Amino acid sequence: MAVTVEEVRGVAALARLSFSPADEERLTGELNRILQYMDRLNELDTEGVEPTSHVLPLANAFRPDEVDPSPAVADILAAAPQRQESYFKVPRIID
Amino acid sequence: MRYETVIGMEVHVELQTASKMFCGCAADHFQVEANTHICPVCTAQPGALPVINGRAMELTAMTGLALHCQIRPHNVFARKNYLYPDLPKGYQVSQYELPLCEDGWVEITSEDGPKKIGVERVHLEEDTGKLQHTGRASLIDYNRAGVPLMEIVTDASIRSADEAFDYLNKIRQVVRYLGASSGDMEKGAMRCEANISIRPEGSDEFGTKVEVKNLNSFRAVRNAIAYEVERQQQVIEEGGQVRQVTMGWDEQMGVTREQRSKETSEDYRYFPEPDLLDVHLEVEWINRVGRELPELPADKAARFSEIYGLNQKDIAVLIEDAAVAAYFEEAAQHSGADPKSVANWVTGEIFRRLNDEDVLIADAKVSPAALVELLALVKDGAINQNAAREVFTELWEKGGSPAAIVETKGLKQISDTSELDEAVAKVIEANPDAAEKIKDGNLKTVQFLMGQVMKETRGKANPQLVQELIKKQLRV
Repeated sequence: MAVTVEEVRGVAALARLSFSPADEERLTGELNRILQYMDRLNELDTEGVEPTSHVLPLANAFRPDEVDPSPAVADILAAAPQRQESYFKVPRIID
Repeated sequence: MRYETVIGMEVHVELQTASKMFCGCAADHFQVEANTHICPVCTAQPGALPVINGRAMELTAMTGLALHCQIRPHNVFARKNYLYPDLPKGYQVSQYELPLCEDGWVEITSEDGPKKIGVERVHLEEDTGKLQHTGRASLIDYNRAGVPLMEIVTDASIRSADEAFDYLNKIRQVVRYLGASSGDMEKGAMRCEANISIRPEGSDEFGTKVEVKNLNSFRAVRNAIAYEVERQQQVIEEGGQVRQVTMGWDEQMGVTREQRSKETSEDYRYFPEPDLLDVHLEVEWINRVGRELPELPADKAARFSEIYGLNQKDIAVLIEDAAVAAYFEEAAQHSGADPKSVANWVTGEIFRRLNDEDVLIADAKVSPAALVELLALVKDGAINQNAAREVFTELWEKGGSPAAIVETKGLKQISDTSELDEAVAKVIEANPDAAEKIKDGNLKTVQFLMGQVMKETRGKANPQLVQELIKKQLRV
């Protein structure tokens, strides 16, 4: 499995990123090297092994439905590049 | 050509939890100052880790069970990746391949009687922030970001706007009975999308479906579906083809409009959320949630019919709100209460007041016991219907005991024949024309004389007795 420059452009567009043609080439190569590593992992026989998305032998970590006063509100707002009153402000999004 | 409408619905329901889905921020966001309920988790600060709100899981499982779904012990939260400022993380945590609840149904009322609508899945996800667009900027409030949101998806078995309307009503009733959500569409606690297509009647193939969003009220659902069906028919009859697009319902203009898609392609690149631990619900957990289910609307309706012998129309009104149904039952089970007349008062006078004054039955000053006492006074002939209404008004406004109100207001019914005989004689004398008409066989005029006697007795006369006395004195 290998990705093409077109696919890199597509994923970049979904993430609202754009790259120069040279960077697109470089990224395509890097992504393909990562995929080659995945191919290597795929050589392992995992027949009968349940897929998992993490390695901890824990499940059902539920939190009681209790309110914690929101911490760090001021810090989070202060980190916003732009604000208006207590709103985060971004360039207008066309609907 | 005749066409058949095919509809599938996606309903989003905001859960009534105290805290958000993955953090302890307050879930309340309606008319709250912007960005006061935010924290490192729900604004996606690096290193912050989410933890599942157990109550949100329970409420979703309860909803699934109420909709006859299977609960999937191993269900998985996944990242739905898309970049839009209403999502601080760049992805929404949702459930994709393995949802919490699957394969259920809801019974609705269709033109041809009861009908089951298949529920494909009920899953849990997090709500997004609220955007406001001003001149050159968009303002974001993340108080709603991360609030638990349940999505209920049907199969394509809904066949008309009326069926969609009834389906939505049934869903709202269920989530309200469970205390899972306010189900209030006007406040955005319940939001709805419909996938609509049409096909020639008798055809087994599906037509191209159009997704309609922005259905923010029950009325919008009905109107948007009716409009969209009409539009698709016109396209086909003019020789065109329905295109697969996403439309928004424009409430003011009463039309559906094509929306520009959020993504160039719907490529959400779902993958399991690595920040959350696995969910493997134990049988004991599922059973415990099942035991928490209250009596559901359909079961209550069947029971009210069987135990109290009420008609379907009264039952529908009584069970709409579980608190109203409980009020009715408390009164109806009082000794000496006649369920039918209790139902009449609850669906009549009490409902009118609740609606006119926009109050909840929990806040009513008339207790079920007082209502029963009032009805007993009418039944025993202590007061007539007029007086009963006056007593009710007093009870509604101030509370208290019906008997005491009858006493202080002097509303006791006059059933003393000699006293009434006198009043009747006086009224006949004052209205000779009416009396003549009655003697000539015009019995409708008796009503008129009765009204006069009522006036004479300040509304307290026993109407049956008055009627008898009028006829007796005029010898008809």
